[in-house]
Amino acid sequence: MLEARSLKKSYGPLVAVDGVSLRAGKGEIIGLLGPNGAGKTTTVSMIAGLLRPDSGEVLIGGRRLHGDTDPLKREIGLAPQDVGLYEELSARDNLALFGALYNLGGAELKRAMGRVLELVGLADRAKDKVAGFSGGMKRRLNMAAALLHDPQVLLLDEPTVGVDPQSRNAIFDNLETLRQAGKTLLYTTHYMEEAERLCDRLVIVDHGKVVADDTLQGLHKLIPAASLLTVELADGHEDFDLLEELGKLPGVQSAEMRGGSLKIGLGDLSTEAPHVLAWLVERGHPFQHVSSELASLESVFLTLTGRSLRD
Amino acid sequence: MFKPFRALVRKDLKLYFSNRRALLMSIVAPIAFASFFGYLFGGSGGQTETARIPVLAVDSDGSAISREIVARLTSDKALEVKPATLAAAREAVRKGKATAAISIPQGFGDAAAKAFFRSGDKPEIGVMYDPSHSTESSMIQGMLAGHVMEAVSKEMFNGPTGRKSVKDSLAQVEGAEGMSPELKKSLTEMLRGVEGFNQARASQAQGSDALDQGITMPFQVKTEAVTSGTGILYNGYAHAFGGMGIQFILMMGIEQGVMMLLLQRSGVWKRLRAAPLSRGVLLGSRAVSAALTSMYVLLVLFAFARVVFGVRILGNWAGFLGVCVAFSLMAGTFGLLIAALGKTPEATRSLAIFATLLMVMLGGAWVPTLFFPRWLQKVALIMPARWAMDGFDATTWRGLGFSAAAGPIAALLGFTLVFGVLAWMRFRWEAEG
Repeated sequence: MLEARSLKKSYGPLVAVDGVSLRAGKGEIIGLLGPNGAGKTTTVSMIAGLLRPDSGEVLIGGRRLHGDTDPLKREIGLAPQDVGLYEELSARDNLALFGALYNLGGAELKRAMGRVLELVGLADRAKDKVAGFSGGMKRRLNMAAALLHDPQVLLLDEPTVGVDPQSRNAIFDNLETLRQAGKTLLYTTHYMEEAERLCDRLVIVDHGKVVADDTLQGLHKLIPAASLLTVELADGHEDFDLLEELGKLPGVQSAEMRGGSLKIGLGDLSTEAPHVLAWLVERGHPFQHVSSELASLESVFLTLTGRSLRD
Repeated sequence: MFKPFRALVRKDLKLYFSNRRALLMSIVAPIAFASFFGYLFGGSGGQTETARIPVLAVDSDGSAISREIVARLTSDKALEVKPATLAAAREAVRKGKATAAISIPQGFGDAAAKAFFRSGDKPEIGVMYDPSHSTESSMIQGMLAGHVMEAVSKEMFNGPTGRKSVKDSLAQVEGAEGMSPELKKSLTEMLRGVEGFNQARASQAQGSDALDQGITMPFQVKTEAVTSGTGILYNGYAHAFGGMGIQFILMMGIEQGVMMLLLQRSGVWKRLRAAPLSRGVLLGSRAVSAALTSMYVLLVLFAFARVVFGVRILGNWAGFLGVCVAFSLMAGTFGLLIAALGKTPEATRSLAIFATLLMVMLGGAWVPTLFFPRWLQKVALIMPARWAMDGFDATTWRGLGFSAAAGPIAALLGFTLVFGVLAWMRFRWEAEG
């Protein structure tokens, strides 16, 4: 449904976006991840038609997006990072204005407003001025305004920044509903837990380039220590010689001691964990508890880009 | 295209009218300033009560002539004369408490009487003045000349000083050596004639003829304020309301431009740009909404001026409305131009305010351009405010026809076109990435 091909954008000598490509199908949520300044917002701006790419193209439903007045823009809904609403107007007046920009009017506009206000749970606040809304309510209305003209593609730029947990969950529920309705969502965020929870696929950008584009599971495979084995030793004391020897075992990517527990990074949990545990027993280090987890998206990002997602 | 355009204009108007404080200020502030300036520039009765010029009189002579001069100055409606010592008068002028001080030195009366018929040294009257009031100083000198001439001539033809002076002059002429006999004869006859005239008058009751007042000005000035018709007085509020309306609407234009720059940083701008709208719709709707609010402000201002100060559209109504519309459109595109040329809202606001005040001042909105030097009047022609002012003056108190408004309307529409095209070309469309 949405396809960006080799998008490039420079501001003088600064290359903000350098050949970004991505695809998103119907009913798919694609996460666009990257630290500040990675080129996420510029990419979204080009996809939304706000910026003209220096090169590359954006296709919606296989048709190329072209120019300010391209009717194809009707298929795109944008929920910008800075809430795009007039605070002095009521929720209904805001929606009426943004609906009119897409030539909605009369009964059709009324129905659309009712639908989106219902979806984001603000039907009872329709007549209230936006200035009186909480941050979460503004975010929800921001999303409602993007959905008003019933676009096929929804671009969400950091939609949960500054939002309370309750509103965040409400937004997640809305997004699930939209996915089920077959909408294509491009979700820009630097909250990894959101991306892990919501996205079918993740596109990681850094310095204007795509460094990875895969499912969460696929991304984990890209890093050596895809799993983390935590072993609570029975004796509990720190043994630095043990760590050094452990690090030399096949399949062990990293080893460190934290508060009496060994944290061991493994490439493949199922094949390497039994050997490591047996080796520990043989060396006279019985353990009282063992647990494992997949490496976090933060670790994936760190491995791929060499810096933290929140940098 | 029309639905989004209409919606955007309606939104701007809604925002304007929903901000009660800003709405009030856009109306109340120009009314307050215009009322003040209108009062200063003549009020609604053709003229206003102006403050009298404070002048101190130092009479060190105490003669009949000097006392008469002070009395005449005191009775002048344009002056507020108070007696003072020389030191006190100088100090008062230095401190700005008096605009000028007139010092009549000792012996002035005698010396002036002698100088009236004879050549030789003329006595001086000192005028000390505040250099920040040089215009008033010139006025005072003119008034003083008239009063001194009348006082001295009155004494010469009526008073004892005059009789003594004529007698002394006769003796001086008769005893003069080296004077030609013809000249001596003529002078002696003239002085004997004056002497005889004085003796004859002395035997009659005072106030029986015109010379009681001495020599007076041989003419009277008849002034006529040329307005739209006979009996219609100039209304200073008409110019003031036009001028202040222009100034405050251009200020609103600056605010509109700055708001556009702020808007470009916001999510709303991204949302607007994401919609399938042309640049013409986005910019044009702003210009039209700004023009409508400008028109509203102008009409409210002139309605207020009509009801409270009696300002009437004495000229062509279509011309007046045409000037209002053309100026409002110009103001709308002026705001867009500010947004197009400005880089940041902060830097743009102060620079734009300076430029606008300059434009308004040179355009004659504060003081009519006829007070400007000729070269400055020519410079003012490139100021839209000048054309708007001319248009409002022509259609309000001057009472002229549509032809007098046509030039200003055409000029303002020309400015609208230039500003609009420049704004469209220079506007930074792409939101920041």
